[in-house]
Amino acid sequence: MPAYSLEIIVFALGLAMLMVEAFVKLEDKRSLAWMGILGLVVVFGLLFKVEPHAEDDTRAIWSLYSDSRLSLFFKGIAVLSTILVLLMSADYRSIILRYTAHAEKGAHPQAGLGEFFALPIFACVGLMCMASATHLLSIFVSLEAVTITFYVLVAYLRRNVGSLEAGVKYLILGALSTGFLVYGFAWLYGVTGSMQLSEIATALCSGEVSQTGAIFAFGLILVALGFKVGAVPFQLWIPDVYQGAATPITAFLSVASKAAGFIVLVRLAETFLACTEGAIAAQAATAFAVIAGLTLIYGNITAIPQTNFKRLLAYSSIAHAGFLLVAIASAPLSPLDVDSASVDPDALSVKKVVAFYLGAYLLMTMLAFFIISLVRVHTDSEEIDAYRGLAKTSPFAAFALLISMASLAGVPLTAGFFGKFFVFSLAIQQQQWWLVVVAGIGAAAGFYYYLKVVAAMYWNEPDESGSAVISLSAITRTVLFLLMALIIAAGFAPGIILGLLG
Amino acid sequence: MLEFIVFLPLFTALAILVGAPARYTALSGAIVNTVAALLVATRLPLNVEAPGATFMASSRRMLEKPELNLSFAVDGMSLVLVLLTVIVTFAAILASPPESKIKGKGMVKLYYVSSLLISAGALGAFLSTDLFFFYAFHELALIPTFLMIGLLGHGAERKRIAWTITIYLGVGSLVLLAGLLALFFAFGGQTFSFDALYGMAENSNPIAPETQRTLFLLLLIGFGILISLFPFHSWAPPAYAAAPTPVAMLHAGVLKKFGLYGLIRLALPLLPEGAAYWQHLILVLLLGNILVIGLVTIAQRRLDTMLGYSSVMHMGYVFLGIASGNVIGLNGAILLMFAHGISIALLFALAGKLRDRVGSLEFDALHGGFASKMPVMGVLFGFAAFASAGLPGFANFASEVLVFFGGFQPFQENPDAGLGLLQWTVILSLWGVVISAVYMLRAYRRIFQGPLIDSDSKAGFEDLSPGERVPVVLLLAVLMITGFFPGILLKYLAPTLDALTLFGG
Repeated sequence: MPAYSLEIIVFALGLAMLMVEAFVKLEDKRSLAWMGILGLVVVFGLLFKVEPHAEDDTRAIWSLYSDSRLSLFFKGIAVLSTILVLLMSADYRSIILRYTAHAEKGAHPQAGLGEFFALPIFACVGLMCMASATHLLSIFVSLEAVTITFYVLVAYLRRNVGSLEAGVKYLILGALSTGFLVYGFAWLYGVTGSMQLSEIATALCSGEVSQTGAIFAFGLILVALGFKVGAVPFQLWIPDVYQGAATPITAFLSVASKAAGFIVLVRLAETFLACTEGAIAAQAATAFAVIAGLTLIYGNITAIPQTNFKRLLAYSSIAHAGFLLVAIASAPLSPLDVDSASVDPDALSVKKVVAFYLGAYLLMTMLAFFIISLVRVHTDSEEIDAYRGLAKTSPFAAFALLISMASLAGVPLTAGFFGKFFVFSLAIQQQQWWLVVVAGIGAAAGFYYYLKVVAAMYWNEPDESGSAVISLSAITRTVLFLLMALIIAAGFAPGIILGLLG
Repeated sequence: MLEFIVFLPLFTALAILVGAPARYTALSGAIVNTVAALLVATRLPLNVEAPGATFMASSRRMLEKPELNLSFAVDGMSLVLVLLTVIVTFAAILASPPESKIKGKGMVKLYYVSSLLISAGALGAFLSTDLFFFYAFHELALIPTFLMIGLLGHGAERKRIAWTITIYLGVGSLVLLAGLLALFFAFGGQTFSFDALYGMAENSNPIAPETQRTLFLLLLIGFGILISLFPFHSWAPPAYAAAPTPVAMLHAGVLKKFGLYGLIRLALPLLPEGAAYWQHLILVLLLGNILVIGLVTIAQRRLDTMLGYSSVMHMGYVFLGIASGNVIGLNGAILLMFAHGISIALLFALAGKLRDRVGSLEFDALHGGFASKMPVMGVLFGFAAFASAGLPGFANFASEVLVFFGGFQPFQENPDAGLGLLQWTVILSLWGVVISAVYMLRAYRRIFQGPLIDSDSKAGFEDLSPGERVPVVLLLAVLMITGFFPGILLKYLAPTLDALTLFGG
């Protein structure tokens, strides 16, 4: 079964959900979410049926599209995070309805909820395409498909000022970065005469292209993708958008959108770093190292004083982008394929490290956002103070959040630690000493701001008003338990995630 | 078998989280683990001369490349520390306050789960024969310690102290991680297995002497922070003073030995040139531990911080044994790790009981005469104080003597060379014995001797109940048995230590 049939299935699923929403009378719109989840679970299963090809195999549809293990892995991240986002949205419905419900008489009491479950499916299609894009055209089109869906989703709570503000910021800066991306792609095409990444790499290596032009193109593209993944100095939108958007959408942005941004960034980095001779690779490597260092410092330092949990996670997501950029900046100046025959296929390459990190990041971040949305539903607050005494009122939720925070902070024997461990390994192996030092300081700062939440939950007595008892549905409880189990399991045996990459 | 020992506390903790009765589950887990460790001790062969642990080796592949195995094995050195861990864990669980005295829903669970997690972390670290898991297991204690000190600790400052210890030790662990990773890559970056690393180091060490120096320094700082080596000690005394009794017992008694174990297990055999190069630095720093901190200990006005500082001070003797770089010194160092672990746990257990009764550990509040109210406590505390001060008959004495002999071994072999820095350090360190006698005996006099004050004579201070005596007597018995017959532990150490390539000859 060809890989792209999965995108078609997911797209059809989204359309079907819209049709059901329009033509079937549903008492409880959550059935739409269940429909989407069920469909995506099937798609997730089908991912394992796809026979992967090598990364640079051009047999698949035109050379626009790769179905390597790496692509499939990132498709898996997209599908899995969409499933979790839909589950989270189902729990979060009361908040969504409060800010979207129609005021006029006779409207369905849950009007406006159905699209909220359908839109992530379309974003998922875009994300899956991004995971496979190996051509400037397919990169651009899939990226826009994702971004445009997110414009709608971020501003979805239309009676909430914060959400609208987030929507406007995301729209303006998103459009700006799209401009940079197109301009950069145009330059790259103009300089190399090709739109296919492997051909561009060959052209850049041939020495016959304009170095200045190529570096200019690289700079423009880096700006645009820096915006996508939240790298300093293009991170400005992240805190406000993360805080303003509905929590499930924040989770979606934070995990799936970032992961897709990183797979594109890794592929482009590979293109530019491909040849060891000439100024392009050296300058690109320096640029990555500088941005990685800045992102680490900014993300970790600014996360420290935060009092709003979602905002804290926004800054922490910048910090994690910093760690991922360290991995890219530590790329050996040689082809960094997983699948290419020239390098040891088992070696811990940059792609594997980035993929593992994002896989682990999915588990722990989704777990955290689940608890955030549940606490929001029950206490109507996202401040860290609302978590005071949570360990006493809702021990299970508090314990889940504890595991998530420990993993985000990088405590050993959790998945998050292995992510950081691999990044440190790469950086030490490539002797990027000052990045190691900065990453070390960042990780130490991380201990503080993640444990701050743990301290709030465990050290304090519950307030009179705050921390209500959180009731968990059986399915949410199961999902939380699974996420926790996976975080711990991957903390002992990273092979269960890395194994998926071959 | 070893996997069973490491994972039993984890499963016990899980069972308690799920709803098993906390105290009895934890207690039975600890008993089973003690029995299992003793069983291992009876079966450990004493004729295998290898630098690494090989007995009961088990291995599970966790990652293909770089090769990562969840592998455990035991030898004499790790066995001694495993015995220390299971004994202290057992005592710590017994010394935990009864459930009726722990306030707050779910807090009882937290008490025992934390103790078990710290214990599992220490066991995993001591038994791992894989660089990665050796490190990772140690960190299992980080969050339980943080939660316990901040939540159930003593004093108004406890939250600040919990942050300090967590961040300080977090930074120390990161330095250590950087050092271990650099070590891993210096050996080719292919395998984390101890055995493979020893193998490479034995046939012409592949690391250049200059690199060895850098790596050793990095490891010394990383481990040093965890051990509270002077001047990285400031986290320890307030943390132990603020920690709930079982956490203080386990942290000071067991967990701190991880860094020392790591230095002996990894840094000495893998980086002998680095160790020789930094020997003088270690000697100077350990004098800081013994003399400077020793004097600071005398000046303490509270029993709990005094015990905390005394534990920092005694680390100096262990370092002295390590810095001597010969078999006698290392025998002493490891035996002292065991003896100190037991005796400090014993003292913290007694201090905890005292705090339960008097409500404070300020010497101003403990103004004497308690021996007449609590004779059993007085006698037991006296024994513990003697042990800690290094009186003959306790393991502390036997091990400190070995450490001092180890320091003079090079002189004895070559008297013409005169007294080196090592010997002068030993001579100065001997004064530490006097210092510890001063503070321990002064503490004993202030608390237990003299007349009872009126207000105290009316207060209903009860003596130790039979149940409370059990952990204390158990620990004291272990100290005395190993003090009179140190050979029962030393015989396990000989094969491993003989096989080590040591810089001191």
